[in-house]
Amino acid sequence: MNKISEAFENKKAFIPFITGGDPSLDVTKKLLLAMQEAGADLIEVGIPFSDPIAEGPVIQEADERALRAGFTTDKLFDAILEVRGEIHIPMVFMTYANPIYVYGKEAFMKRCVECEMAGLIVPDLPYEEKDELLDTCRKYGIELVSLIAPTSEDRIQMIAREAEGFLYCVSSLGVTGVRSEIRTNIREMVDRVREVTDIPCAVGFGISTPKQAREMANVSDGAIVGSAIVKIIAEHGEDCVPYVAEYVRQMKDALR
Amino acid sequence: MKKGRFGQYGGQFIPETLMNAVNELEEAYEKYKKDPDFVQELNDLLKNYAGRPSLLYEAKRMTEDLGGAKIYLKREDLNHTGAHKINNVLGQVLLAKKMGKTRVIAETGAGQHGVATATAAALMDMECEIYMGKEDTDRQALNVYRMELLGAKVHPVTTGTMTLKDAVNETMREWAGRMDDTLYVLGSVMGPHPFPTIVRDFQKVIGEEIKEQLMEKEGRLPDAVIACVGGGSNAMGTFYEFIPDKQVRLIGCEAAGLGVDTEKHAATIARGSEGIFHGMKSLFCQNEYGQIAPVYSISAGLDYPGIGPEHAMLAAEGRAQYVPVTDEEAVNAFEYLSRKEGIIPAVESAHAIAYAMKLAPTMRKDQIIVVTVSGRGDKDVAAIARYRGVEIYE
Repeated sequence: MNKISEAFENKKAFIPFITGGDPSLDVTKKLLLAMQEAGADLIEVGIPFSDPIAEGPVIQEADERALRAGFTTDKLFDAILEVRGEIHIPMVFMTYANPIYVYGKEAFMKRCVECEMAGLIVPDLPYEEKDELLDTCRKYGIELVSLIAPTSEDRIQMIAREAEGFLYCVSSLGVTGVRSEIRTNIREMVDRVREVTDIPCAVGFGISTPKQAREMANVSDGAIVGSAIVKIIAEHGEDCVPYVAEYVRQMKDALR
Repeated sequence: MKKGRFGQYGGQFIPETLMNAVNELEEAYEKYKKDPDFVQELNDLLKNYAGRPSLLYEAKRMTEDLGGAKIYLKREDLNHTGAHKINNVLGQVLLAKKMGKTRVIAETGAGQHGVATATAAALMDMECEIYMGKEDTDRQALNVYRMELLGAKVHPVTTGTMTLKDAVNETMREWAGRMDDTLYVLGSVMGPHPFPTIVRDFQKVIGEEIKEQLMEKEGRLPDAVIACVGGGSNAMGTFYEFIPDKQVRLIGCEAAGLGVDTEKHAATIARGSEGIFHGMKSLFCQNEYGQIAPVYSISAGLDYPGIGPEHAMLAAEGRAQYVPVTDEEAVNAFEYLSRKEGIIPAVESAHAIAYAMKLAPTMRKDQIIVVTVSGRGDKDVAAIARYRGVEIYE
């Protein structure tokens, strides 16, 4: 299994996000391979949820498309297993607490291990509630990624001290989605983290251009891009793979 | 002990971005609920603006017709704005004001909570924006215009099933983008801590009044109290005071839509399972992968796939009982109460009336049932007419 930390070894990590099953699991498999080939250091795979309250319209619609097309969590596990042998970079799941809880925490983690997933990002599981999953994650060696937000302030160090894998720095208020400008002082956020831990910090929410990615990575350890990629997928549907690959290549180049 | 737990239910399952906002709300609430000035100001509003205490009315014709237990109606429909929602909203908007907020946002299903929030915002000079599912803005068009008259901006929500749950999603998203000047005024005993507690505290006046008024009239406790349950705020407000009185049956009526054996219902306790959604661990209508199910009820206010965590606890403990009531039973009760007592109840409240109609004849004449009429039915007249095949336009 590839650990999350590998993604940050001697480099700025580029972390693309795709919604599993959008527009089909077949395309998801191709995208995983193509994004690895194009230079992705870590891939975040979203497990669609009917009510993703942290997402903006782009990812909401991707979740809806996937679910309408008959997505289930089991089908995603199966699809990942099919290509897992060809993937040599770490991967994490991004999903909400409910799909994990209802699948059964143990059963879910077992399948994560089978798929050699390195970690889990759960946006509606804040520090106060992380015990809900932490023991099960530890038991199966899955790292539970914590998030900090522009509003976290006095909470940053409390969260950072116990963070695993990498720390997901939410760049902007509100929900996921492309933003023309990122106003949060990321450097200050990362500095506060650095006072208590050396864990890698990657910045997400709002990043879409190579320039933004470079700026964010300059003050952190990597950039996470979701909505901009999901938009390309929405635009090109089944034919999206080369377009996404090209985009990932440009973004990764900006971080070299 | 984790914060905001009701047995194993409740909690704060929300994005990190919102955590300091709910912590700020919790701190403010803990401070002001003990502040004599705040308490007095709120009581003054409840009395002189909302019209509390609401009447406890003995429904003699209904009692006689059903031939069993004596039935009293707790008339929350007589409150200003026509529903129990005003109790909570006056509290929360006043709290927002004390917190220095200048803007309130809220979700609404039937529109009653939206109207109440818009009303309190007008009264206290706050900006107000309401999120309402597109399906609900269509079936409750009058309430949309009412909110606009009160100065609120209404956003029709077109994501997901375009009903109450999607309105909650959208209000949460909006709040995560703007917290410094804005408070989310949540309308039911649901969501992340501290909302289930705050809303219950602001609604518990219903049960407290019932107890006092019934003591005055009958010198004793009721044998059963009945209320409808969507998220569960009027039911929790009705039940809370009676929880320690074990001899009082607490009965919540869920929307069974076309029936709990069909896919068209919103009966969370009857058909739901444990999950984590909208900030809380509770019971939800969902599939085996944890995808939240589209729910259905003729009543926009009960058309919600979850239930407040304190209700989930009361159900698990067996302290309260939850029964499904179909559209057909609710519409029959809507018409029944209109004709028997000259009271047109909200179609939500008609679910509680419907169960009282079943229960009363099985009880003795010296027993007492109190039914909370959570709102008035003016808003539902057109929908009921359509249900009966009469096309009228609002």
